[in-house]
Amino acid sequence: MKLNIKEFPKIPERLGSGHRLCSGCGAPIVAKMVLMGTKDPVVVTNATGCLEVATTIFPYTAWKTPFIHSAFENSASTAAGVEAAYQSLKRQGKIKREIKILAIGGDGGTYDIGLQALSGALERGHDFVYLCYDNGAYMNTGVQRSGSTPRGSSTTTSPAGEAVPGKQQFPKDLTAICAAHKIPYVAQGAISNWKDLITKASKAFAVKGPAVLNVLSPCPPGWKHADDLAVEISDIAVNSKIWPLYEIENGQWRITYKPRDKKIRPVEDWIKMQGRFRHLTKKENHHIIEEIQQWADENWDRLERMEKATSSEGGSE
Amino acid sequence: MSEKGWKELEIGGRITEAGNAAKYKTGDWRTFLPDVDREKCINCLQCYLYCPDMAIEAKADGTLGKIDLDYCKGCGICSNICPVKCIEMKKEEK
Repeated sequence: MKLNIKEFPKIPERLGSGHRLCSGCGAPIVAKMVLMGTKDPVVVTNATGCLEVATTIFPYTAWKTPFIHSAFENSASTAAGVEAAYQSLKRQGKIKREIKILAIGGDGGTYDIGLQALSGALERGHDFVYLCYDNGAYMNTGVQRSGSTPRGSSTTTSPAGEAVPGKQQFPKDLTAICAAHKIPYVAQGAISNWKDLITKASKAFAVKGPAVLNVLSPCPPGWKHADDLAVEISDIAVNSKIWPLYEIENGQWRITYKPRDKKIRPVEDWIKMQGRFRHLTKKENHHIIEEIQQWADENWDRLERMEKATSSEGGSE
Repeated sequence: MSEKGWKELEIGGRITEAGNAAKYKTGDWRTFLPDVDREKCINCLQCYLYCPDMAIEAKADGTLGKIDLDYCKGCGICSNICPVKCIEMKKEEK
C-alpha cells in the first residue's frame, strides 16, 4: 500500500483541538497517526492516563468518535466487550457497516496495570487493535517509574542521587510479550517514521483478530526536553536502535527500518538530549550508558536472529 | 459553558457533543507564535501531520491552510520538523 500525505486531509479527523495535553506532547500525534490507518468508523476505549484525562475533561471531549473511559486496568476488556456487542448486533442484522475498535493505554496502563486484561483479550482473540503510547513512566500522576522506564532514568520513585543513579532495571519487552500470544499482528513504531507507523496501523486495523501497536511517545515534562523535540528525539531513538521499528505478522518477525551506516547514532546522543538522564553524563555513571548501549545492541542482534529464523526464505524452520 | 446541575446532566456523565473541547481555547498557553513564510513553503504538509493540537489546516487540494491560533500552544514542533525551515517561532506580543 502506498501512502500519500495529500490524501490524509480527506480522512475524517477523530481527535480534535482543544485538548489539554502539554505543549509538544507526543501522545496526540501517536493517536492521530494511528487513527489515520483506517477510513472506517472507530470506537475508542482508553485506560486512565494522560491521553484520557487531558482529552476528556468534563464537560468537554476532544474526541469525535464514540469514546469510553472505564478504569486504569481494563481498556482491553472494555474493547473486548464492545467487540462482542458489535459482533452480536452484526449477526442480528442491526449493524450493517464495518466498524473498528481501538483500545488505548499508556505504558502504565499496558506494561503494568492493564497487562492481565490485555493478555486475556489477546488470548480470547477479539477483533480489535490495542495501542500503547509508551512514554516510559506514569507521567499523568507526575513521573513515577513504570515497567517501561529505561534503565538509568530519573523519576520521582527512582530518583537519581548519590547512592542510586536512577532506575536500576531495564524495561520489559512488551512487544515480545504480545507476540508470544501468537496473535496475527504486533508492531513497534515511532512518530518520526510516519509512513512506517501509519502502514502498521492500517495493517493492524485490517487483520481479523487482535493486533497490538507499541509506539514511543516523547514527553517534554517527564523526559525533560524542549517542547519542540518530540519528533527529533523519536528519530534519534530509532536510529540509535534503542527503539527498533519492527513487526511480527503471523509469526514472521521483520525489522521494518534498518538505519544505514551514516544514520546510526550512539545511544549516548539520545540520552544527552533528555534531562531525566542528566546524571548519567557524570564520569562515575558513564558505565550505565555503556550498559544501555550493550542492551540495545543485544536487543537488535536478537531481532535480526528472530527475523532470520522466522523468514519464509530459508532460516531454521 | 455555564455549569449544569445534576438534573440536566446526562446519565453517567456522558458527553453527547463530539469534539466540544474545541470550545476550550488552548491558544492562550502560548509564548511563541509560528510564522510561516508562504513563499518558501513547499506544501509537504509535515507540519499538519505532526501538529499535536490539530491547529494546522491542510486544504482538500493538498496545500497548507491556516494555522488556528485559538489552539496552537506554540510548542514549535512544526518549526523543528519543517524540511525547508519556513516556519519561524516568534515571541508573541500580547
